[in-house]
Amino acid sequence: MTLSVSSRTVRGPLIRKVREISGQDPNLCFQCGLCAGSCPMTTEMEIFTRRVMHLLQLGLVDEVMSQRMATLCASCHTCQVRCPRGIDIPRVVEALRLLTLRAGENFLAPESVERDRLREMPQVAMVAGLRKLTG
Amino acid sequence: MIGYYPGCTLKTKARNLEDSALASLAALGVEVEELPRWNCCGAVFSLADDDLIHHVAPVRDLIRAKDAGHSTLVTLCSMCYNTLARANRLMRDDEEKRATLNLFMEEETDYFGEVEVVHLLDYLDSVVGWEAVRAAVTTPLGGLRVAPYYGCTLLRPGEVAIEPPVSPVLFSRFLEAIGAEVVSFPEATSCCGSYQILANEATALEACATIIEGATARGAEALALSCPLCEYNLGRRQGDAVARRSGLGRLPTFYFTQLLAVALGQPPDVLGLDRNEASSSALLRERGFVTEAPAPA
Repeated sequence: MTLSVSSRTVRGPLIRKVREISGQDPNLCFQCGLCAGSCPMTTEMEIFTRRVMHLLQLGLVDEVMSQRMATLCASCHTCQVRCPRGIDIPRVVEALRLLTLRAGENFLAPESVERDRLREMPQVAMVAGLRKLTG
Repeated sequence: MIGYYPGCTLKTKARNLEDSALASLAALGVEVEELPRWNCCGAVFSLADDDLIHHVAPVRDLIRAKDAGHSTLVTLCSMCYNTLARANRLMRDDEEKRATLNLFMEEETDYFGEVEVVHLLDYLDSVVGWEAVRAAVTTPLGGLRVAPYYGCTLLRPGEVAIEPPVSPVLFSRFLEAIGAEVVSFPEATSCCGSYQILANEATALEACATIIEGATARGAEALALSCPLCEYNLGRRQGDAVARRSGLGRLPTFYFTQLLAVALGQPPDVLGLDRNEASSSALLRERGFVTEAPAPA
């Protein structure tokens, strides 16, 4: 992947928005990778959390949002508990999710969930899933 | 008397969690009162600095607890615990957001985080005490090898963890008190995939397979849980999860409160074992911990 970085990307409006929504500073990350090594949801991820943090340091929010990392996060907070730099990574991921959801694009089409599944699924799954993955 | 917040799922899909817990608390002499009015807590805590509206639901529940005169609010569902405890902390510690939320809910009592939100496992440890639990046990689960599965929301984030999240012991103490044999396994605090079962099923089931495999490899005969979403992913969807690993068999799952009720000699109708997978109730019958077949749903 070729990355194009300039002072415009590093201080662009999207990364400012991510910082504002999350209240977190991705620049604190020193790329140890403990977050990626701890993540239980990597089965289908193209890029892992460590790389997400690096791309955010470069201001490349669009690059991150073109990957599925944020949509696969289960908000388990394992990365947050283990981050030696004290970054609340789930808040960063929530900000990334919200940039997409607030633009009117959903990660989950409620009608795509099978009827039989809906019948057996606990309410807490549906409420949590729809809260996190739809706008 | 302490306040009790059930949450949506416990009134329907997870009645076996509520019924077994309430019967057990009564047997232990703990009086609880369900909040006279409550709403869904929202299941997940909003992590965005500019999104206060999603805190309104849990805060409203906390206000109801305060208005009912409760200083302690007990929860059973791990996700409700997490959401309510974090909202409570926000109202206690963040002056600016507290002021905005109180202003938004003008018609309600102002709230400052006065109520303490407690999960039942923590309550058993800190108030009832394991000695009292042990003394009340009539059917110790001797020889039953149970792996305690914490999942995420009892332990993370750290500020609402029921105990330090790195090496938790409360669940093991609980299982010891009811006479079961504790099977420790490294995936006890791993995530089951949570709500991703809706959108990214394969990833969630893979996470579940890893958990079941870890517990099975260490000799567990059953998993003990406290979250209805974990129970769905690891219990009801277990067939799909174990199918991802060759040679991996079924592992019975129980809410910890069901095991407690069995140990306290509670009748089969409060156990709600018919809502568990068939292998779960079969295991308890086979060991003679329960004698009757589960009542039909």
